[in-house]
Amino acid sequence: MSEPILSVRDLSVVAQVEGTTHTIVDQVSFDLQRGEILGLVGESGSGKSMTSRALIRLLQSSRLSVSGGSAILKGEDIFTFDERAMRDVRGGSIGMIFQNPSSHLDPVMSIGKQIAESIRFHKAVSRKEARGRAVEILRQVGIPDPERRYNAYAHEFSGGMRQRAMIAVALACDPDILIADEPTTALDVTVQAQILKLLTDLRDTRGVSIIFITHDLGIVSQICDRVAVMYGGRIVELGGKREVIGSGRHPYTAGLVACQPAEGHPGERVRTINGQPPRIGHMPAGCRFHPRCPRVDEWCSTVCPDLVTSGPGHQVACHHPIPHTPAEAAT
Amino acid sequence: MNVKPAPLLEVTGLNVHFGGTGFIPGLRTPPLRAVNDVSLAVMPGETLGLVGESGSGKSTLGRAILRLGELTSGEIVFDGTDMARATVGDLNRLRRQSAMIFQDPYGALNPRMRVGDAIAEVLRVHRKVPSSRIGSRIAELLNLVGLDAGYANSRPLDLSGGQCQRIGIARALAVEPKLIVADECVAALDVSIQGQILNLLMDLREQIGMAIIFIAHDLAIVRRLCDRVAVMYLGRIVETGPTEEVFTEPRHPYTASLLRAIPDIDPDRGLPENPLAGEPPSPIALPCGCAFHPRCPNALPDCSTGEPPRLGRDGPHRAACILPPGEIRI
Amino acid sequence: MTLARTQTARAGFRLAFGGGPLPLYLGGAILLIWFALAVMAPLLAPYDPIFQDGTARLQPPNSVHWFGTDNFGRDILSRIVWGARIDLQIALFGVVFPFLIGTTLGSCAGYFGGWIDTVLMRIIDVVLAFPFLVLMMAIIVILKPGLSSFYVAMALVGWVSYARLVRAQILVIKSSDFVLAATSLGYSHSRIMFRHLLPNAILGSVVFSMSDAVLVLLNGAAISYLGLGVQPPTAEWGIMIAEGQSFITSAWWITTFPGIAIVTLAMGFSLLADGLGELLGVRE
Repeated sequence: MSEPILSVRDLSVVAQVEGTTHTIVDQVSFDLQRGEILGLVGESGSGKSMTSRALIRLLQSSRLSVSGGSAILKGEDIFTFDERAMRDVRGGSIGMIFQNPSSHLDPVMSIGKQIAESIRFHKAVSRKEARGRAVEILRQVGIPDPERRYNAYAHEFSGGMRQRAMIAVALACDPDILIADEPTTALDVTVQAQILKLLTDLRDTRGVSIIFITHDLGIVSQICDRVAVMYGGRIVELGGKREVIGSGRHPYTAGLVACQPAEGHPGERVRTINGQPPRIGHMPAGCRFHPRCPRVDEWCSTVCPDLVTSGPGHQVACHHPIPHTPAEAAT
Repeated sequence: MNVKPAPLLEVTGLNVHFGGTGFIPGLRTPPLRAVNDVSLAVMPGETLGLVGESGSGKSTLGRAILRLGELTSGEIVFDGTDMARATVGDLNRLRRQSAMIFQDPYGALNPRMRVGDAIAEVLRVHRKVPSSRIGSRIAELLNLVGLDAGYANSRPLDLSGGQCQRIGIARALAVEPKLIVADECVAALDVSIQGQILNLLMDLREQIGMAIIFIAHDLAIVRRLCDRVAVMYLGRIVETGPTEEVFTEPRHPYTASLLRAIPDIDPDRGLPENPLAGEPPSPIALPCGCAFHPRCPNALPDCSTGEPPRLGRDGPHRAACILPPGEIRI
Repeated sequence: MTLARTQTARAGFRLAFGGGPLPLYLGGAILLIWFALAVMAPLLAPYDPIFQDGTARLQPPNSVHWFGTDNFGRDILSRIVWGARIDLQIALFGVVFPFLIGTTLGSCAGYFGGWIDTVLMRIIDVVLAFPFLVLMMAIIVILKPGLSSFYVAMALVGWVSYARLVRAQILVIKSSDFVLAATSLGYSHSRIMFRHLLPNAILGSVVFSMSDAVLVLLNGAAISYLGLGVQPPTAEWGIMIAEGQSFITSAWWITTFPGIAIVTLAMGFSLLADGLGELLGVRE
């Protein structure tokens, strides 16, 4: 395998709440290959969004901070960068797409201007050239009549077009990595399908790597190459989407797949995972999942399992992973 | 001879339009037609799924049925009374026999009230049980939704989303309703919690036998829970029928493309090649003819003119499309 | 969102265990001290506040008269302590009546909307069209100068701010799901308004009433200063300043001490308002 474009090691994020420190993201490590779509899946509070925001060092509150780890982007650890260098990374090497485009687009600057502005901020090009590139990007993200739409404002776009515009802004400086944080959650399913298509097309044509954060396993199995499942701030399983979704070895992954309402027959009760996801400040000791786990034993409640390799390109953090083959059962 | 049981709820030709008023004719804003000529029926104990994307009018319809929003015209016959022309007494009867469950589990509960008090309030207002039995009835209701009676003393903010949604359901059940309108009641919950609430609804339906109008955009959930389904597009029902029939053999191109657009949890199936293009137009400027024709891959010249097609009248599975059922290609 | 929720939920807990915001305690302490002084005025005040000692006029602060005496030979300290009774009363009644009237009318307007709302908002426009003090003075003059007329005028003019504040809050909360839920459960208008809307809408007004108390206090002083409020020889801080102003160059203590009294009391209220606002998560 070639050199990864981004290599995250032991990333931790802590929150200071009324004098006590809570770990929200706990020693997260993963690699992102060139041209790969990596899914980051988890429920609310699993730390998936926080992980992505920590990468570009845009944590929403001053109470949050990165407490350790490294993120090697093209050979350099971006956690050692100062704010100025970080600004070049954001929008330069890493583009962000959010769930709610209307709150992340400038309402008083035309869409085209926002793209051109970003190009000129990061690259030394003339105004005219920037405009030309912006129109070209608008065309690429499937906005019809881009010359005219260049001067349109965010509120003049429909929901799906606004998300396309947001993707265009993120693409302005030809980034190596796109971080997409639940980009289709606010959209209708038919429009969601269009945006997912657009993102995979962009990956194919531009070779951009995408970190796709979502709670929807359906989306993951359709567009991602590899998946990292997060629970309670930790990655509990990481691997190719076929291995993780098709034959997940962590009881949480398997439970998550089983409790999809599409799995099963009408009128049949939905399989569920007992209990509630842990809340910040109430993280269980040992394995974060042990209070809800069907395969739990005493060990799980005291020792937190590390992410260990359980197959080719497949890692799982569980003391008692689910066996799928005789070889796995033996380990 | 078989006597056809009377429906609990029968909606006929319901319209809900907003705005469209103004003193100066030229400056009058066009009305937003949220619900257009909708007719549907719900049998006692039946679960009807109301499916559609944002702006399809499904929530507006749900609220209009419970008379929680304005309506422009039409009939809503609930248990033999037309609630669209209800007197104060009729409305009180509707309120005593229906309840609603909301999307935001926190928003639906008064943040300053203990959850036990919120349930007790329903029992007192409707004089469901003598005041000496209120405490035990609250415990009963909490147990029914799978919560310990001790939760009566907690406030909504101390609970998780799933627990709050259970409280919302317990409060709805306190009314002892014949009809519950559940508006996207699992959309805000985590997947692992969604299943718990869905199972609870299925259990309660078996135990209590109330009818449910289940409003949702998630087709997989609707398929699991509902007996019948009505698909809405821009304020109209475009297809209705028994859930399995609609899902396996959709007769309206919109239903078909909606079904195809759901991301399937199958790692070997990629994205659908040609997703449905475009987005729903604004309900202020509805297209002529069938509202779906600008996006429809099967559209014929006739689709863009005249009145929108009406739901067929043949059998339980009906669609509002001029194409014969076999001709839909998506 | 979640953070804001937890904040409100924890407010009570923090208060009970002394973790509340500092301004709250500071403001509360100042108000408590003034309240205690007012209650115990007969015990604490060294002299009769209206007794005129012809032999001790315009005395600067000394060991007998700690804060000095005025031009009639009355003891300033005693007058300030007794005056606290009147001024606290002004702050209290000058706020309570507008608060009650404004909250009731404002919530009706917000909840029912329609013509009730339109009529009420136009009345508010009319009241706001006049300069505040001029309108107050006009009402008091029509009624007959005195403290009770001041309260009536305050109620007639001051309610508008509360009405607008509560109306805006009600409009926001009215569209929330729990109010819709209350309607769907068949609750009466009065139950929805008093049990569900008001408890959630009133916080902002409570905080505002604290800062309003400051304005009322200063207003009361101004009205008394103009001779329309409390009538001499009653001890009241505003009158004391009014009476002392001709001696401001020769006998600074006559005006300075009541001035400090007004400032500290006002500060107490405004600190309390800040603290309450922070504790309850209300932003003005």
